[in-house]
Amino acid sequence: MPGVVQALQAEILIPGPAANGDALVLAAPISFWGGIDPFTADVIDARHPDRGRNIAGKVLALPGTIGSSSASAVLLELVRTGLAPAAIILHEPDAILLLGLIVAREMGWQTPMALKLEKAAQARLTGRIAIDMQGRITPA
Amino acid sequence: MTSLSDEERLIVAGSDGSAMAMRIVAESARLLGAPRLIPVASAHIDGALYHGDAGTLFAEELVRLGARTAIRATLNVGALDLMGCSKSRLTGSNRDMAKRLMLAYEAMGCERTWTCAPYQAGHRPALGTDVAWGESNAVAFCNSVLGARTNRYGDYLDIACAITGRAPDCGLHRPENRRATVVFDVAAIDPVWLASDWAWPVLGTLFGREVGTAIGVVSGVAGPVSEDRLKAFGAAAASAGGVGLFHIIGITPEAPDLATATGGADAGPLAGTITVTPAMIRAAQAGLSTAAGATRIDAVAIGSPHLSLEELESVSQLLAGRTARVPIYACTGRHVVREADRTGLRKALERLNVIIVADTCVVVTPILPAIDGVLMTNSGKFAHYAPGNTGYGVVYGSMADCLESAVTGRPIMTESGVI
Repeated sequence: MPGVVQALQAEILIPGPAANGDALVLAAPISFWGGIDPFTADVIDARHPDRGRNIAGKVLALPGTIGSSSASAVLLELVRTGLAPAAIILHEPDAILLLGLIVAREMGWQTPMALKLEKAAQARLTGRIAIDMQGRITPA
Repeated sequence: MTSLSDEERLIVAGSDGSAMAMRIVAESARLLGAPRLIPVASAHIDGALYHGDAGTLFAEELVRLGARTAIRATLNVGALDLMGCSKSRLTGSNRDMAKRLMLAYEAMGCERTWTCAPYQAGHRPALGTDVAWGESNAVAFCNSVLGARTNRYGDYLDIACAITGRAPDCGLHRPENRRATVVFDVAAIDPVWLASDWAWPVLGTLFGREVGTAIGVVSGVAGPVSEDRLKAFGAAAASAGGVGLFHIIGITPEAPDLATATGGADAGPLAGTITVTPAMIRAAQAGLSTAAGATRIDAVAIGSPHLSLEELESVSQLLAGRTARVPIYACTGRHVVREADRTGLRKALERLNVIIVADTCVVVTPILPAIDGVLMTNSGKFAHYAPGNTGYGVVYGSMADCLESAVTGRPIMTESGVI
């Protein structure tokens, strides 16, 4: 049975509703601006190993982010159109990316939670995953 | 934890535009690990460039809630040339939303500068002043050449800082984080090449790649470097490597000598010294072109960052009355256009097939014809972004070579670029 072996506890960076979705652990760091299509949620960075995958509705684990000043704009647009990930998992907070969630919350839009989890634990995420509002990650 | 002052807490608890802006600044400070907020004296705002409807709706919500800028705030480029010098091919709803976005930022009290070179349009904070600037080249220039202090403020946080007059106290606002840890030594490079028109975008690109987000100090530069060349260096370094602050010994204000730039004996050991060789320069220069073998060009683009009046005047001098065979897109701010209109320079250039692009530029909005073409540029930043954003292949050359090539329609490289 694939899936997280045991429950993992992540730190909540931005709170949000409980999430349930397929894990998508990106194989390399990504810049949201230029890396994710804001209108389709596809990975479009030509040099990225996960090019062609789609992040909408996924429990998205990011092994790193490449800061672009407009990463927040891409994430905000995805939240507005309902194409955001179900949850975003980072190994360290990226204030520019997460600003997209902070602004979405201010706009009254349904905002996915953001969590902090070390890279080694991220790599164990597979299959369908549930995350409760306290940041507890279990197989769904 | 970020601790807020009584006044800041009172603002956060409100329901108006200031409250929304203060919550955004405070939440960012929490994520950045900043212990407190600090006052900032001015802002430069990059959030008015259209990336989708969400940004427009956010700006209009701030306007609806009565948000106004509390400090001086200049605007970076938008997606449209509001001066009407050039035409963006954005159409329909996208064009409408891009325009609404620009107007919403104006309605909050931002200055209609619409330039990525605000520091040449009269916005020059003093040495040591804390400010909140966006746009990577403006951030690099502000920190490095002016010696004012800013982090890279991305979309939405920039306007929130302008409305609250506050920013998170962290990163480059703190003097201990402004010291160089890497030396980038160009003493082995021919001073004649260093003084050429080619050098600074190439050096900036190499610096950005080698130093990345660390703080680097350039050593071995003799003689003065013009402000336009520092502008080109910073823009190339920022786009190639995320550089937000650089020092050049004897040139930039926080680097009178190596000891000062690196923090002297109090600071930790240097992370390293990069000894720049001619081979490294050649590789960086070659890397700026993606269409080096092209036998013809379809357009020339100059002005990233936006051209100064002196640079625009040099276009006229170098063309010397000759009409370009392919269009020359000259991107600049309305502060320059106004002056060029007054002196007749704009009309004279337009007769020679120069298209002035104001308020925006050719890599952030579709102005270039939609063809599978070749673009020649003297800008390290255009060279970096044009292939992805416009689909054009790029040939890098000096300003003089770009203009000669525009006249003939074929890429011309003079000896001055050879190192």
